[in-house]
Amino acid sequence: MRHVDAGSCNGCEVEIGGAFGPVYDAERYGARLVASPRHADVLLVTGPVTRNMAEPLRRTYEAAPEPRVVVAVGDCAINCGLFAGAYGVAGAVADVVPVDLEVPGCPPEPTAIVEALRRVTGR
Amino acid sequence: MNLTGTAAVAAQVGLVTAGAPWLAGLMRQVRARLEGRAGPGIGQPWRDLRKQLRKQPVTATGTGPAFRTAPLVLVATALVVTALVPLASTRTPVSGHADLIVVVALLALGTVALALAGLDTGTAFGGMGASREMTVAALVEPTLLMSVFALSIPAGSTNLADIVSGAVHDPGRLATPTGLLAAVALLAVTVAETGRLPVDNPSTHLELTMIHEAMVLEYSGPDLALIELGAQLRLTVLLGLLAALFTPWGITTGTGWAALALALVLLAAKVALLGSVLAAAEVFLAKIRLFRVPELLAGASELAIARAGFAAGLGWAVTVALVLVLVAFAALTGRSARMLLGPPPEPATPVRFGASVWLPLLAGLLACAALGITTAPLADLLAAAASIGGH
Repeated sequence: MRHVDAGSCNGCEVEIGGAFGPVYDAERYGARLVASPRHADVLLVTGPVTRNMAEPLRRTYEAAPEPRVVVAVGDCAINCGLFAGAYGVAGAVADVVPVDLEVPGCPPEPTAIVEALRRVTGR
Repeated sequence: MNLTGTAAVAAQVGLVTAGAPWLAGLMRQVRARLEGRAGPGIGQPWRDLRKQLRKQPVTATGTGPAFRTAPLVLVATALVVTALVPLASTRTPVSGHADLIVVVALLALGTVALALAGLDTGTAFGGMGASREMTVAALVEPTLLMSVFALSIPAGSTNLADIVSGAVHDPGRLATPTGLLAAVALLAVTVAETGRLPVDNPSTHLELTMIHEAMVLEYSGPDLALIELGAQLRLTVLLGLLAALFTPWGITTGTGWAALALALVLLAAKVALLGSVLAAAEVFLAKIRLFRVPELLAGASELAIARAGFAAGLGWAVTVALVLVLVAFAALTGRSARMLLGPPPEPATPVRFGASVWLPLLAGLLACAALGITTAPLADLLAAAASIGGH
């Protein structure tokens, strides 16, 4: 599982950090954050995709080995949320790479994130 | 040579290969529990390996044979070392080749293959990881050799099987202060060689702090599975070697089947215990700065040298050397304390500067300034500066 911040306000990052902390402990369901997209099965994308991050996000997607799953975390990643139509925003995550799973919320609660991850790991 | 010996090698390789991911899982589980988390269970590394083997291998553009062969070399060398090291039985068909230097060289071969692969990817972090790994390896290999050489002196051989069987028959050899020194040195080396805290953090996500992880960032799918298995095998074998050298009880020196079975069970128990203790210690440790790693390993090396000196019957020389080190250390501390902490707080008498002090000083400074401005080299500099300024 590799986390890609495509232009988020870091609200979702705090919640992802919480999901992997001792309280929600997503690791007990077999999900682990890794250091490289090449090690990852899942890309956890947060935030509206900014112009600068569109190409890196595309490259990260290419670098992940198949089968790969893209999870859009937060309202911004799903439909640009608060930042829709802003000058630096290239679009939602689905406009850049195919999205398999969406976690709505601004920001989504750790419970929602863990729930989505459990659907991916199947535990 | 003998049937039980062959069976011992086969069982040892099988047990270590099957148990290595479980050991990694056990260590992660111990950490998770101590950190107040539930943890993924000790079978998680096996599930990860199975999943990685089914994934698509992505080969980074521009990589060559070094990148592609490194996972195989790593696992192959680790497996050969597993077969050679006397973990369960000292009487095996290959125990005649279980030379210390061969074992250390095989481990180094795996390290070098991975470092070359890190360079081959051409990424900044791959090269950085490779250079760091080589720095650590250059300090680890001599210490590893030195600490086991210290054990080989009483055995009179560098053959690991002879060392272990000698210790089984004469446990008094280990229960000495010098045995403790060698054990500490070997433990530090094991931690460094397998990339655990405090030398390297195996679960870091920050590329700048990585050593081992930085070299394997580009691997994916089955290659990554092999790399992870190789790293887990090396950890298991080195912990097994540590257990075999310092707690050799249970390792069979005969040809009995029951003794072999007992030896395998004890091997699993000893390695699991060592791994748990290591993982529990890691919870309380932070990664040390990279520049402190040589100090840690040099300290380990010194322990091993002192240990070898005692074992070689040069106890008086080592004692003199250690006393001298103590004297030097005390002197250094005494002198540097004044530099670091300042002079002792005494009521200092105020110094009065009369005209006889500052007049010659001022005159000298004025003379220097006058000479410097009128004659070379300052005159040329000032002229050049003036021409730049346009005057």
